[in-house]
Amino acid sequence: MISILMALVAGVIFSLGLMISGMANPAKVQNFLDVAGQWDPSLAFVMIGAIGVGAVAFRIAGKRSKPLVADTFSLPTRTDIDKPLLAGAAIFGIGWGLAGYCPGPAIASISIGATTTFFFVISMLAGMILAKFTKRLL
Amino acid sequence: MPATEFTPVASLLGGALIGLSAAMFLLTLGRIAGISGIVAKLLPPVNDKKGIPLSMAFIAGLLLGAPVLALLTGQHPEQSVVSNIWLVVIAGLLVGFGSILGNGCTSGHGVCGISRFSVRSLLATATFMFTGAVTVYLVRHGVSA
Repeated sequence: MISILMALVAGVIFSLGLMISGMANPAKVQNFLDVAGQWDPSLAFVMIGAIGVGAVAFRIAGKRSKPLVADTFSLPTRTDIDKPLLAGAAIFGIGWGLAGYCPGPAIASISIGATTTFFFVISMLAGMILAKFTKRLL
Repeated sequence: MPATEFTPVASLLGGALIGLSAAMFLLTLGRIAGISGIVAKLLPPVNDKKGIPLSMAFIAGLLLGAPVLALLTGQHPEQSVVSNIWLVVIAGLLVGFGSILGNGCTSGHGVCGISRFSVRSLLATATFMFTGAVTVYLVRHGVSA
């Protein structure tokens, strides 16, 4: 049960981080991508803050044999650069640019209540299911 | 298009909180705090039953962020969303499909992947930032604009 609590608290902290950093605002994300227009570099500062803390955590994890409340680390092991990685990232980026939403901010924003968010999340889930079945065929 | 204010301090601080959440998920549960992966665990076809309760708890936490912020500070996050519903639906499909095909999104590749110096994640992040920027350029400054 402690692991469930940890996941819940991590979710709340993640969401607070999104709200405080302004990343729950799609216009702010789109303005980061709008280098030729109303450029807002804030997203780069979010990345610096998150990666700064994250890099320390991964260094610590590298020195430990197991996590605190689980049996093993389940971390990605692949290092090959394949077509689905690049095609998926390219497709993801187009959708991200169109709406200014990626999965975290979109889900965290459901409780803010914009109708648009709701539509985005429903179609995002449909896209994920479609991709999961597609990957089985690859 | 609405202009937004550059907020280096708030964004750095909020980013550090996102990093802290990823650190907690990693060091206590041994997992990557990649939102697309966490969400997709709950969707068919299911292949990691063990991860389901953790995914549900993390998503519940994500949903609680806005109410908790309102409770603590009395503030509601500012939002300006795209109004064209069809554009949003297409965007959602692309974000969902692309993040699963490419094994990650802004959090999994952008934050966690780069934090552990993964070349795959670095390339994925560069790719989606590039196509995202091209998309915004075409929508805002292209022929139709």
